[in-house]
Amino acid sequence: MTAGQRYTFADMPTNKSVTARFARASDQSLLIYFGEQITLEANERVRRLVHLLEQEPVAGVRNLHPAYCSLLVKFEAFEWRHEQLERQLRKYIGRLSKVKMPEPRLMEIPVCYGGEFGPDLDEVAAMHGLTPERVIELHTSATYLVYFLGFVPGFAYLGELARELVTPRLPSPRRKVPAGSVGIAGNQTGVYPFETPGGWRLLGRSPLEMFRIDRDGLSLLSIGDRVRFVPVSRERFTELQRT
Amino acid sequence: MRVIEVLAPGLLTTVQDLGREGFGPLGVSPSGAADPIALRIGNRLVGNAESAAALEMTLLGGTFLFPEGALAALTGSDFGAALDGAELPQWTSFEVQPGQTLRLGPTRSGARCYLCTQGGIVVKPFLGSASTHLLSGLGGYEGRALRKGDVLKMGPGIPACSPYSNRGFSTNRSQKVTPKIQERLLPRKVLRVTTGPQSAWFSQAAEKVLYGGTYHVSEEANRMGLRLHGPPLPEGAHGGMISEGVSLGAVQIASGGMPIILFVEQQTTGGYAKMANVISADLSSVGQLRPRDVIRFERVTFETARKLWMEQEKLLASKDLIVETTGDVVRS
Repeated sequence: MTAGQRYTFADMPTNKSVTARFARASDQSLLIYFGEQITLEANERVRRLVHLLEQEPVAGVRNLHPAYCSLLVKFEAFEWRHEQLERQLRKYIGRLSKVKMPEPRLMEIPVCYGGEFGPDLDEVAAMHGLTPERVIELHTSATYLVYFLGFVPGFAYLGELARELVTPRLPSPRRKVPAGSVGIAGNQTGVYPFETPGGWRLLGRSPLEMFRIDRDGLSLLSIGDRVRFVPVSRERFTELQRT
Repeated sequence: MRVIEVLAPGLLTTVQDLGREGFGPLGVSPSGAADPIALRIGNRLVGNAESAAALEMTLLGGTFLFPEGALAALTGSDFGAALDGAELPQWTSFEVQPGQTLRLGPTRSGARCYLCTQGGIVVKPFLGSASTHLLSGLGGYEGRALRKGDVLKMGPGIPACSPYSNRGFSTNRSQKVTPKIQERLLPRKVLRVTTGPQSAWFSQAAEKVLYGGTYHVSEEANRMGLRLHGPPLPEGAHGGMISEGVSLGAVQIASGGMPIILFVEQQTTGGYAKMANVISADLSSVGQLRPRDVIRFERVTFETARKLWMEQEKLLASKDLIVETTGDVVRS
């Protein structure tokens, strides 16, 4: 550190206080990083800060975009400058350990694996020297955490995938991925709520509607939920789709 | 309730207001008008709140029948509008008589034109906004672009006792934007940007390319983002990028070294490095960019960006922005 540089929490060599690095994203937004790696600890802090900011909103803060280990805060330039808002948010961050979080929900997502619903199942199995059955077993045996919702409404980033299943995304994305498709990419997995372009490898499809405007809690999954996938037959898939 | 019948939808016409902020935790981006300045002014010309819903047309306008008439205004780019065959000026309110047809054509200037009507367009709000989010099929009119045969409802006009009715919004006077002020709000082709959260990952050579060269807007330019073509940027020296929240107007560098400007229907998070961010004051200009338009980036400080935003808002709030025209309402 040279003279004139400002000390921040991030520079302090301690693990006791919550370290946070602030960066300017635009003239009306800033990013808070709770680490430079995807860790449960960093994500826990993101979720706590989002929860606290929802419980005690800061006037002039217009939007929050949580992610794995960072939070984008959009604000009103009439009310805040970056450095003023940083000071205010650091007060919030100082209280994170005392934030009472709601009990995480355990959500079960039925999935019909393979066939036309999971066009990449066989390839993923072959890439790892596994049988498709073993891929399904691995995918359904873990309990995943919803790190955050992003990309499109209701798309939950779930982790972590079993190490044996970690697979790069498709070299070039599909133009259309059907709604309900269950995919994997890197060490993440997720369900496409809408028909969108997408580069994740598709293992199956869920009959559930991930995002519905006529439901309380528009998104089936919320940040912080725990999720398990449950394999279902084609017949059961059709039945569930009807209800 | 008065209605607008869509005789021809144009290339891509959607219902938009100023969007829905605050739902980032659900993965929902704000959407809203691509050129919010044009929408806000258009609404004021017809006596609406600035945030009322209107029709956003893209590159080629539609044809609309007004069975019960309306008070309307066209703002943004000039799409060669005519009311029952008579040409209409932009940025000026006009009265539509019952049974008249408004026809718009291909753009003569930028990408988007707004049709604002007194009372606004009424749709079932989604998360508090009428804005269409095309990718997810949410909001607006059935979550999609308008089609031939659609019938749009307009809200009630301004009641006679409203202060607006004394200011000429009733029927006999028309409102227009002061040309001097309008000139200062014209869309720019030199987009001013501040540094992005990963600016430091890029070398000086890369900066020279981004700020020294010109880029043209590709055909892949829509409400989600605008992919640019031009000199490729030397890749930044960095490790793996972890997905993070992305701000409106972010200039992200995709593989291949080409910049993409994230726009109103952006994904809320993304995994590309962001080298710059279009300043708030120039976001409306992005909404008027067409494929093949040539643009340049100019770097400004955060303090300048803030000042420019304040100045723009001051202009928009100015009492002199809108004046009453001396003649009668433009009639065909």
